[in-house]
Amino acid sequence: MLEVRGLVKHFGGVRAVDGIDFAIRPGEVFGLIGPNGSGKSTTVNLVCGLYAPTQGQILFQGQDIARVATHKRLSLGLARTFQNIRLFTNLTVWENLWMAENAPAHRAEAGFLKRWVGGRGNARERISQALEFSGLAHRADDLAGSLAFGEQRRLELARALAARPRLLLLDEPAAGMNAEEIAQLDERIRMLQQQGYTILLIEHHMELVMAVTDRICVLNFGRKIAEGTPAQVQADPAVRDAYLGTGA
Amino acid sequence: MDFYYSLAQIIGFHALLGLSAYVVLLTGQVSLAQAGFFAIGAYVAAMFTVLAGWHLVPAMLAAGLAAAAMACIVGFPALRVRGLMLVIATLAFGEAVRLFFFNFDYQVAKGEVKVGPLGGEGFRQIRWFPEHGWTGLDVMLFVWTVVALVAGALWWLDRSRFGAVLRAVGEDELAAQSVGLNLTAVKVTAMTIGGFIAGLGGAIYAHYTTHIEHSNFGVLLATFAIAYPILGGLRNVLGTIVAVIFVQGFLVEGLRFLGDWRNLLFGALIVLAMNLRPNGLIDAATARRLARLFGREARRA
Repeated sequence: MLEVRGLVKHFGGVRAVDGIDFAIRPGEVFGLIGPNGSGKSTTVNLVCGLYAPTQGQILFQGQDIARVATHKRLSLGLARTFQNIRLFTNLTVWENLWMAENAPAHRAEAGFLKRWVGGRGNARERISQALEFSGLAHRADDLAGSLAFGEQRRLELARALAARPRLLLLDEPAAGMNAEEIAQLDERIRMLQQQGYTILLIEHHMELVMAVTDRICVLNFGRKIAEGTPAQVQADPAVRDAYLGTGA
Repeated sequence: MDFYYSLAQIIGFHALLGLSAYVVLLTGQVSLAQAGFFAIGAYVAAMFTVLAGWHLVPAMLAAGLAAAAMACIVGFPALRVRGLMLVIATLAFGEAVRLFFFNFDYQVAKGEVKVGPLGGEGFRQIRWFPEHGWTGLDVMLFVWTVVALVAGALWWLDRSRFGAVLRAVGEDELAAQSVGLNLTAVKVTAMTIGGFIAGLGGAIYAHYTTHIEHSNFGVLLATFAIAYPILGGLRNVLGTIVAVIFVQGFLVEGLRFLGDWRNLLFGALIVLAMNLRPNGLIDAATARRLARLFGREARRA
């Protein structure tokens, strides 16, 4: 599904990502973890096109997308959420979801004009499904900025899903959530996997990562230090060193 | 009465100027190029009616298209820069347009006299309205028909998905890209639409005043253009129109009796208005109140 080969990103003299390889198989939940500053977020930003890599390839379904414009990656089937939620706070919940209308999944259903200058009628059914899934139906007409934190996270996920992507990038979806919300997130990720989504999960919350992922890639200082199932990774001494310091 | 017709016409073409800046501002771009598009519209329309003898309506459309084409061309390089840099880039464009018309001579003999733009002396005798026997009232109705059509079209556009797209880009470019919106396409489209509207406004202005020259289209006009939507708020097109009426009708004309003190009060009142209504004259709360008011009446009817 997604394969990263020899990915390198330098910011001036800082080697944020320094030669990473991993491959995500269709249908799996793939975890990307590592201590702060290990290059996780940079990797995600490279995959979804906010940065151009210094070197290396990003293959998505066999196609090298390293130089494809950011907005086109959604059409290829790549949607994301952000670590620090990025909603259109002055648009309503409904309108936020409406923005996904340009995704390829919707193009088949609505022509160019309907997609761009069409009224709300065309999209009503699709969007009410997305609202239902995220439990935000009762807040459809409220401004996204007025939502509670947990609701904003759910809306952002719903917006990514509304594009019906093949690969979903979740950048620290559990950040700032309480135990109950994390349990819901756990459930939701499993549900998405059952529905056939492939997921790249970047997360600090280890309990969640270990519970929902199939395989994990561990980064430290921009390099991959381990890869494998949650159990393998947990047993790896290099991973323990990275998290707890050498000799722990 | 003629004074009021004339004032209504002034408010009309300033409303078009304000609406042109409104569209661009929705995408988060502060453009000082609108006066330049206005100037292009004014000169192009006047050349078509005076030199080519066209009817005003097709001349206006041609003026709008010419300004839109220029806006589209300017849009690509200009929108690669953001914030203050964009302000400077668009300001420079506006000045370039003004200086072009300062040096632009294209005179044609028409009977005894020569007509057409003549550099620094400007373009005189744009007399389509009097030649066709339009009264002040006719002109006013015509101007406001155009304003109503443009405002109506923008109102509709605002409620379509494209309106939400413009606002989404204005709010968070990064998030907009990651939901699949092509920033360049959206911004250039907004700029082009804005250019078209400014061109229409300029066309009307040229025929209202009958004499245009480069100094009409300076930084002051560009500042007015951007001040209207900022003052009126980006909630909907009505805010911009209300702001134009407030500025042109009340501040510029209404306070004329104050003589030289007017300009002082003018600035103070704009500062005051922006402080009292930081989200524009018509903000979200006002819009809701208005909607409720009209909603109730609609139900009663």
